[in-house]
Amino acid sequence: MAKVPKPEELLSGISYKPPEKGWMAVKPDFRPGTYVNAAGKKWLKFLDYPFPRDWSVADEDWKLPPNWREIILEGMEDRLARFRSLKVFFDICVRCGACADKCHFFLGTGDPKNMPVLRAELMRSVYKRYFTVAGRVLGEVAGARDLDEGVLKEWFSYLHQCTICRRCSLFCPYGIDMAEMTLLGRELLSSVGINIEWAAASVGSCYEKGSHIGATPQAFKDMIDFLAEENERITGVTTEVSYNRKGAEILFIMPSGDYFADPGSYTMMGYLLLFKYLDLDYTVSTYAAEGGNFGWFISHEMGKRLNAKMYEEAKRLKVKWILGGECGHMWRICNQYMPTYYGQPVDFLEEPVSPITGTKFENAKTHKMVHISEFTADLMHHGKLKLDPMRNAHIKMTFHDSCNTSRGMGIFEEPRYIIKNVLPEGNFVEMPPNTIRERTFCCGSSAALNADEFMETRMKGGLPRANAVQYVAEKYGVNHLGCICALDRATLPTLVNYWVPGMEVTGITELVGNALVFDDEIDRDIDLRDRELLYPIVKGEGGEEAEEGEAETAEAAEAEEGE
Amino acid sequence: MDFFKRHFMVALTAVLGLVVIAYVGVQGNLTMLFGVVVPYLAVLIFFEGIIYRVIKWARSPVPFRIPTTGSQNRTLPWMERNWLEKLDNPATGKHLFGRMALEVLAFRSLFRNTRTELLRSKEDPEGAKLVHWSYKWLWLGALAFHYAFLVVILRHLRFFTEPTLGFVHLLDNVDGFAQFFMPTVYISGVVLPLAALYLLGRRITNPMLRYISLAADYFPLLLILGIATTGILMRYFFKTDIVAVKQLTIGLATLKPVVPAGISPLFYIHFFLVCVLFAYFPFSKLMHAPGVFMSPSRNMVANNRWVLHVNPWNYPVKFHSYMEIEDQYREAMIEAGLPVEKELK
Repeated sequence: MAKVPKPEELLSGISYKPPEKGWMAVKPDFRPGTYVNAAGKKWLKFLDYPFPRDWSVADEDWKLPPNWREIILEGMEDRLARFRSLKVFFDICVRCGACADKCHFFLGTGDPKNMPVLRAELMRSVYKRYFTVAGRVLGEVAGARDLDEGVLKEWFSYLHQCTICRRCSLFCPYGIDMAEMTLLGRELLSSVGINIEWAAASVGSCYEKGSHIGATPQAFKDMIDFLAEENERITGVTTEVSYNRKGAEILFIMPSGDYFADPGSYTMMGYLLLFKYLDLDYTVSTYAAEGGNFGWFISHEMGKRLNAKMYEEAKRLKVKWILGGECGHMWRICNQYMPTYYGQPVDFLEEPVSPITGTKFENAKTHKMVHISEFTADLMHHGKLKLDPMRNAHIKMTFHDSCNTSRGMGIFEEPRYIIKNVLPEGNFVEMPPNTIRERTFCCGSSAALNADEFMETRMKGGLPRANAVQYVAEKYGVNHLGCICALDRATLPTLVNYWVPGMEVTGITELVGNALVFDDEIDRDIDLRDRELLYPIVKGEGGEEAEEGEAETAEAAEAEEGE
Repeated sequence: MDFFKRHFMVALTAVLGLVVIAYVGVQGNLTMLFGVVVPYLAVLIFFEGIIYRVIKWARSPVPFRIPTTGSQNRTLPWMERNWLEKLDNPATGKHLFGRMALEVLAFRSLFRNTRTELLRSKEDPEGAKLVHWSYKWLWLGALAFHYAFLVVILRHLRFFTEPTLGFVHLLDNVDGFAQFFMPTVYISGVVLPLAALYLLGRRITNPMLRYISLAADYFPLLLILGIATTGILMRYFFKTDIVAVKQLTIGLATLKPVVPAGISPLFYIHFFLVCVLFAYFPFSKLMHAPGVFMSPSRNMVANNRWVLHVNPWNYPVKFHSYMEIEDQYREAMIEAGLPVEKELK
């Protein structure tokens, strides 16, 4: 792996001055640390995807099929016919530049081709050349250019410096969405056998075994059972899990990041504690063992191939509805695509109703899938949880809105509502307004770009996020960065460790797990991460303190309700 | 010549060339061509071109519902949303109408605009701060440009209607309320060229914008500046026979074209540039005007989870079934205590 420059080296290297040469004359430079490795033969063969071969990005010869240009151009024509978005977005950009300094990759690298307007132009120039009269006749003067290998390599480079976060599309006066073009551009690359290993390997594992991490059904069970045992060790409460249980009311689907590694695993422990607290009639599946979907980062088709198992498994297990864990792109896909992929009413499931509060999730009426933050916020609103926020007193947190759930769905209030209920007052601080909610900055490693070999660019792309975190860390002493995204939990620790050392990353349900008060719990002197509590609960001695904490929350909940 | 100069010079040369063409043509007595044929052709191309382009867009389906959600979605029944949240993440057709209206009439997305700077300080040479300022100048400039243009176009209706429509008179009065010059100076006549100059100026002076700008970006701005300049020259400095001009324009509007004598070449230049703008419109980025109505990230209701969106070309795909996995791991699954569909034989 290439050595990652130090933060100060990286910062001093950022310049927003364009190169002397025009952008058509500048060729992509594949330096270690700034590209994701090419996908080899193995996974593509397994997935039955075109032109499997072993090749390397740094090589001059990418071993393209001889007719690669025809394939790409035909593919483009086909997609123009199937996606109005692509046609409209290619045609109506006025290059006003409003999107330019909205992209985290541009802000972190200073590379003008990372301005969404120019990233789109890399593809648009080819569209103009082959699909518009002006481009055919006028060529470069119309901003058109021939499709050659250099252009293809450029696509590879810059379509893999886009995390499809849609920040540009929010600011674009016409809603031109780079994400849409990146996705379709990656489909085109894939059609001539250009994929990245990090995506292909994850997809292959997920397709074959059930999750990106490639855990077998029995390994999946082992991992979750281990976390249940951890819960018991820390809280004294047994949070047994049922697997593949037919007839359960709810199928719970989480991203594999939540049972695979820290700090996601603490969020998983939180889910288990919450469900145990509620005595929820739920099951998890060793087949639909992955909420995430790296397939979508390759093509819509592959996204659909991986997504299919969610409804399939819900049908097989005869559950009533699906509950989804904290995951960003999983929810973007579930929200934007899942029912459409399925193509017909999901009538084997029922309209989701919370068995605890009776709330009908009318916003999920046909989708039949509820977000854990919606579910939990509703529980709190109805005062169904006994919570002691003081158990999170050591956590001073800010909240990172994940790009996918923000601009691809619109979840902002639910997690904040939960946070306010599980943290002591004053322990939650927002980052500057232009960096949160719908204007949030992506982690810089989403869309299958969280590969280690890409570290330098990841750290650059994550700079805007990290910089805002650093601001609240220095100003308010924030020590935790909360999120509702498993990719965030997998990549933000690396990012903040680089830019803001000492910052911890946490899921929101982890905090719920910390704060839940069980009747039969043991002394609570450590949190789910084995860290000592500021106000340990020792039964018989500190009982009063705990009582006070509870009273406060109940009041807070009432106050919220009154508003 | 570098990329910027080449693209700028192409646009500039094109506009100057158009001016010369009109001038030479009129000097060569081609008034019929420039006064009647070209305008009719331009209007025909304008409408047919737009219809053609919009139909071409519309022929491609919208396979997925992908609105950019700019605020809290419709969520739990007890969680209220304010009016702006409803428009930024529309849950109903009414909200969507509001979102589009705000976008088209007030440039809502551009109003969000920020500018980000990387601030380095001397005290902390190793650190740097990214600061995101609210930056409304582009929004203001764009809004001024488009509304001034609209007013100018509406004012010109008096050349094509007889008697002149009432609201045009009203507009005339409002637009010319600052009577500090004779003849009356229209506000729109000042704002339009200034706003166009601002839009052009930022393209040329901002290095990153200059880097991405194409001839197709300079050309319409220069063309509009040319139109505004000739218009202003005609109104305030080199007067033309306004009665004759109206004869010509009314003739065009009533489909009884006449070409009166005594109209200055300046008018024909102005008129020709306008015709070119009309004819150029459907084949250029100016199509952003109808395009914004067709943009799936803006024109769709974000009701994904309670109304099924059907993809017309949806097709079945191969996926790994549960049974395939069970078949592969049955023994280990049974050993781990996982329920299975088929027991071992």
